[in-house]
Amino acid sequence: MRIGVITFPGSLDDRDAQRAIRLAGAEPVALWHGEHDLKKVDAIVLPGGFSYGDYLRCGAIASHSPIMAEVIDAANKGLPVLGICNGFQMLVEAHLLPGGLIRNDHGRFVRRDQMIRVENNRTDWTSAFDENEEIVIPLKNGEGGYIADEATLDRLEGDGLVTFRYVGMNPNGSLNDIAGISNERGNVVGLMPHPEHAVERGFGPNTNKAMRSGMDGLRFFTSVIARVLV
Amino acid sequence: MPTIVVEVMPKAELLDPAGKAVSGALARLGHTVFTSVRIGKRFELTVDGPVTEATLAEARMIAEEMLSNQVIEDVISVHEAPAVGVGA
Repeated sequence: MRIGVITFPGSLDDRDAQRAIRLAGAEPVALWHGEHDLKKVDAIVLPGGFSYGDYLRCGAIASHSPIMAEVIDAANKGLPVLGICNGFQMLVEAHLLPGGLIRNDHGRFVRRDQMIRVENNRTDWTSAFDENEEIVIPLKNGEGGYIADEATLDRLEGDGLVTFRYVGMNPNGSLNDIAGISNERGNVVGLMPHPEHAVERGFGPNTNKAMRSGMDGLRFFTSVIARVLV
Repeated sequence: MPTIVVEVMPKAELLDPAGKAVSGALARLGHTVFTSVRIGKRFELTVDGPVTEATLAEARMIAEEMLSNQVIEDVISVHEAPAVGVGA
C-alpha cells in the first residue's frame, strides 16, 4: 500500500503527512508538483501549507501544476484523494470539489484543537469512524471559510456530501458549519483541519484524558488503507 | 507597452473580511463618510505588440478561468489601458 504526498512550492505539512501515513502502516511516496508521474500510488494526499504564497487565491496556482493533470484524471477514475487545508483549497480550485474557501469571517488566522463531527463515514477516508462520531483535529488557517451558492449547499446536504461539520463553535464562518466535503463517489475528500497532526501520542491535540494525546487523525489513513486493500 | 487591465471583485453577496477590516479602520480614523469598503484585484497584462480582438479574447478567457474563481468572484472588466502610462 503506497500513498503519495505531493510537494508544491510552499507546502508545509508534506513531511507530516508522510509520517502519518507511515504510522498508519502504509508506505509514503514523495511526489513532485512539476512532474507528470504519480508513481503508481494507491492514494494521494494534497498537503497543507501556503503554495505559491497564497498568491492569486489560496491553492489556485498549485491547482494548475503539471502533476494536477494526472491527479484530476486519476481522481475522476476513483483514486482516493485527500486534500488537507491548502490541499482542500486546491481541490475546489481544480473543480474536483464544489464551492470555495475565503478569508475567515473574523479576519484573523486561527489555530485551535477543533472538534468536528464525522457525518459521512462511507467515504474512502472516513470508513474507520462511526457515523456522527465527534473527533478532535488541529485546525490552522487564515482562509478556511467554506462557501457555495444555495443550490450547491442544498445538493451537498441532500446527498450527504458534508463529510465533516464543526462542533461547539464555527472557527471561520463556514456556511452550514462545513469543515469538509466529499464528491459523490466518496474517493475525493477535502477538509480544513489537519488529521496528520493528530496521529501520535505526545504530539497531537489535547484531550480530556491527557495533554497532546489526541490521535483521531490516524483513522483517516487507516480508512484509506482498508479501502484499498479490500 | 500595450497593456490589458483585468479587474476582479469578490461577489457582492459574499462577506469581504478584508474590506470590512479597512472599513472599520476608516471609521476609527473619523472618515465616517465612507460607509463600506470592498477590496478587489486589478491585473495589468503587458502585451508584446498591439492589442487585438484575439488578445482581448484570450485575456477574457484567462480572466474567467485563472485570474478569478467564478464561485467567489466576478470579473468586472477586461479592457485595454489608455496608451499613455501603465496604470492610467
